[in-house]
Amino acid sequence: MTKYLVRRVSQSVAVLFIVTVVVFSILHFLPGSPARAMLGIRATPGAIAAFNKANGYNRALPVQYVLYIDRLFHGNLGFSYHFDQSVNSLLVLDLPKSALLVGLSYVVALAVAIPMGIAQALRREKVMDHALTTFSFVGYAMPTFWLGILLVVWFSADLHLFPSEGPQGASVGASLTDPKALVLPVATLTIVTVAQFSRFMRASAVENLLQDYIRTAKAKGLSNWRMVTRHLLRNSILPIITLVGLSLPGVLSGAIIVEALFNYPGMGWLFWTATGAHDFPVLMGFTIVVAVATVLGNLLADIAYAVADPRVRYQTS
Amino acid sequence: MTTTDVLEPSPPQLPGEPAAGRRALSGALRDFLGNRMGVVGLAVIVLMLLFSFVGPLLYPTDQVHPNLLLVTRHPSGQYPLGTDAVGFNVLGRLMVAGQSSLEVGLAAAAIATIVGTLWGAISGFAGGWVDSVMMRIVDALLAIPALLLVLLLTTIVTPSIIMVIFVLGLISWLITARLVRGQVLVLKSLDYVKAAQQFGEKPWQIVARHLVRNVIGTVVVQATFEVANAILLFAALSFLGLGPPPPATNWGGMLNDGLNYVFDGYWWLIYPAGVCIVITVVAFNLIGDAIRNSLEVRLKSR
Repeated sequence: MTKYLVRRVSQSVAVLFIVTVVVFSILHFLPGSPARAMLGIRATPGAIAAFNKANGYNRALPVQYVLYIDRLFHGNLGFSYHFDQSVNSLLVLDLPKSALLVGLSYVVALAVAIPMGIAQALRREKVMDHALTTFSFVGYAMPTFWLGILLVVWFSADLHLFPSEGPQGASVGASLTDPKALVLPVATLTIVTVAQFSRFMRASAVENLLQDYIRTAKAKGLSNWRMVTRHLLRNSILPIITLVGLSLPGVLSGAIIVEALFNYPGMGWLFWTATGAHDFPVLMGFTIVVAVATVLGNLLADIAYAVADPRVRYQTS
Repeated sequence: MTTTDVLEPSPPQLPGEPAAGRRALSGALRDFLGNRMGVVGLAVIVLMLLFSFVGPLLYPTDQVHPNLLLVTRHPSGQYPLGTDAVGFNVLGRLMVAGQSSLEVGLAAAAIATIVGTLWGAISGFAGGWVDSVMMRIVDALLAIPALLLVLLLTTIVTPSIIMVIFVLGLISWLITARLVRGQVLVLKSLDYVKAAQQFGEKPWQIVARHLVRNVIGTVVVQATFEVANAILLFAALSFLGLGPPPPATNWGGMLNDGLNYVFDGYWWLIYPAGVCIVITVVAFNLIGDAIRNSLEVRLKSR
């Protein structure tokens, strides 16, 4: 187990190092510069030189990279030109709100997808299985923003059940005081996630149903319910642990769209606004934070999996 | 794919090499055609291509000059799907928008497939620290959400169609690279590759002749999924207002225009473009699943 841990952790560190290089390169090697983006195409060479000097862009790239990494290690993500405050303070304000949106969606998605996949596996190739498979196929192919628009049209414009805008509170506590406004954004993200998770859950349960231990469980006279809860559920849920870690980038992509569509003031909304404003420190800082979250998520999922299933630890590749 | 067999002299058949080539492929084709959902998917794609590329020839509409006298007309005989906020015929616009959506999807997937296959094959074949470094790069890029990466890149480059194709292609090759590497690792240990090494074939010859040829199934399956993903990403990008500027349009961009009319009941600005995206993406996914199933059947029956 120690060997496995050491290998996975050192891999994660390497991955994070490469992430910083990639993000740094994207913004420094491609045509166009932060100064041009910030000051506009009519900026005078003098103004650009002054901007570059003020922000340290006139130094050699390796030096800039080292300084950047140094600031990162000190927990300093830079200063936003557009919002005129430190990226850290923006993060402290907006990250919890995105975490609320993504967290709620995950919880609901898992609560729906796990029973759904198991039910499909138990009634394989029956009408309900086909209906739910069709649902997840369409859900999987559905652009997140279009799903969101449809939910707004149906539940907000036509039925007046829920507001078309996410909660506008400045903090998580304030957002929670407006639960009705959370319904449509969370529902949008949940449906997309369920479509993905239930397919995996079904496949995993189908595979496990063919195993000998299920036959044994049936043979010793366990009721169907006990067979499902005590044997099938436990074993077929294992791959989902990894999936939760792996799906984080996709769900965060979805969160950007959902926040932009529902005008929900979280990290995704901020990132989208920063894109329009060419606010590079915000873009870089948030990309790094999201990548760290993903890498840590994957690492934790892998460790959890290794704890739950000892066979994993002994695989080498 | 079979044409390459005719053009280049086939390498000597080595012991244990699966009988690839035309016979196996035609068998896979037969299995694919036996899969009803796969055929439906293929038919939908053909229809979509005809609709987008031949449609405007049969049903020409002006999609360049706005006509403010014709704004948001309800569907009627003259305008089967009404007109949009600046007077464009929506049915005609769906066709023109479909062109760029399909072009971007197919071209980006092609780039992704080529880059991913080469990357994965080289990584798996080289092994050792080269493999480790190449795979950690893939891990790092996978750790950044695709949409974030696309948004980052579009702040720097001007989003023309060509640029979007490159950007989407260059972030979509990661899964392909992983799959190909995995397959290569398995194949590398097989007898016929070892035999090829014994015969003194150079590493790049082995990659080109034996490995790439044998992972083509996995690659084709993943490529169809990448087309679907690229179409979705392109739509998301355009929806966020960062796609190619007007007069260029695509299905995602049309939905962005329609967003302003959610509360006006102008359903023809919201449903048609979304339906086009969904059925195209579903169709590509069905094709991918069908190819995968036909290949799996062949593996099992061996």
